[in-house]
Amino acid sequence: MSHKIVVTGIGATTPLGGDVQSTWRALLAGESGISTLEQPWVEQYQIPVTFAGQAKVKAKDVLSVPETKRLDPSSQFALIAGREAWADAGSPEVQPERLAVEFATGIGGVWTLLDAYDTLKEHGPRRVLPMTVPMLMPNGPAAAIGMDIAARGGVRTAVSACASSTEAIANAIIRLQSGEIDVVVAGGAEAAIHPMPIAAFASMHALSRKNENPTAASRPYDVARDGFVMGEGAGALVLETEAHAKARGAKIYAELVGGAVTSDAHHITAPDPEGAGAARAVIAALKQANAKPEDVVHVNAHATSTPVGDIAEYVALKRVFGDHLNNIVFSATKSSTGHLLGGAGAIEAIFTVLALHERVAPPTINLDNQDPEIPLDVATSPRKLPDGPLLAISNSFGFGGHNAVIAFRSYN
Amino acid sequence: MALSQAEVLAGLAEIVNEETGIDTSSVQLEKSFVDDLDIDSISMLTIVMNAEGKFGVTIPEDEVANLKTVGDAVSFITNAQ
Repeated sequence: MSHKIVVTGIGATTPLGGDVQSTWRALLAGESGISTLEQPWVEQYQIPVTFAGQAKVKAKDVLSVPETKRLDPSSQFALIAGREAWADAGSPEVQPERLAVEFATGIGGVWTLLDAYDTLKEHGPRRVLPMTVPMLMPNGPAAAIGMDIAARGGVRTAVSACASSTEAIANAIIRLQSGEIDVVVAGGAEAAIHPMPIAAFASMHALSRKNENPTAASRPYDVARDGFVMGEGAGALVLETEAHAKARGAKIYAELVGGAVTSDAHHITAPDPEGAGAARAVIAALKQANAKPEDVVHVNAHATSTPVGDIAEYVALKRVFGDHLNNIVFSATKSSTGHLLGGAGAIEAIFTVLALHERVAPPTINLDNQDPEIPLDVATSPRKLPDGPLLAISNSFGFGGHNAVIAFRSYN
Repeated sequence: MALSQAEVLAGLAEIVNEETGIDTSSVQLEKSFVDDLDIDSISMLTIVMNAEGKFGVTIPEDEVANLKTVGDAVSFITNAQ
């Protein structure tokens, strides 16, 4: 890559905490952000899955009343994460035309959409709010951040299910490499803990049914895993050319050295059992980084805790890394956060960046009996990473056969 | 029982505050929604809709354009009750 790209700001709101530091501390402490849903609709509709990873801090406790009225919950989370990342980067002075946003969501404004339809059915069209369309559109979260920081270099939204926000970060590389953009706020958000998406994911048997033990339900790589756990929240990263960051004396967390997107064209929901598309994404990201597979020391895996998905990712990685897989420290952080769908890649990118910056791989919880078919070295407590330059990747895969992989290098 | 003009003004000020963040004390009878309070058209439509719900009145779409000031809206709602 011609321009070096660095991470200068991070922000998040997750089931573990309302910001990056509280989230990261809870993650390192091995906490679970998953809990039983107390909402009346669980009982009312007899929802078969009664738990999820709800945002630890409610958006309405952070934002102004007009912001909560005019933004879908997904955009509210995006704005919170975006503002934290921007402030963390030192609110850089950048020409608005050279500032862009690449911010994803998997599902979009599902609360707004379904609330509006309920209103239409119950009270007629005169009660459907005028802000309904801008609130439900999937580019709403990106637009909310773009308006907030006055980004005029293009505000775009990747939508590729659970690969969305990793794809958004990969897209940011292209913008920064173009020479037209100095700074990008990239990431993703999701707010889909609503009875309809839960019912729909449950209907396809994608969700864990461990209703009696929510904190143990998300258990990637464990033999007793039975599906993913829905989470909500957002993650945002300020990405910047190294030249721009250095010129303004910014602190630098890590270098973003590669990002690649491929597609399986195999099945709308099932992963390719050979893992060819996922493997190509890893190889392409490493090629951009001018790195060899043997350089990778840490992987933040997609690892959603589904029986099939965790194995498919392992098969793909085995294709790329071969025996070097034994030397890589794996973290499956969805065990603590649940699966934030279109926000997952963004918070996992932040975890990967912090793992390099603090030289510690975060733990994977609930791994009591590791699946013998997935013989990876998984950190179950915070694991110190070696001295010297570090290369790590974060993987995300989504319904539709989307594969997205990003690579970060430690920065000195 | 119908609300007084002062009660309608107070209720409308709350609706404006929730939608726009404008302080309720700034929502005064002589203020123009567009020129003084800087309320955009979508917010105005939302305020009208919420006022219909709160005060149990119907504000026809043709009428919205005539509600230039807070006082216009308060008078319309007070008379329509």
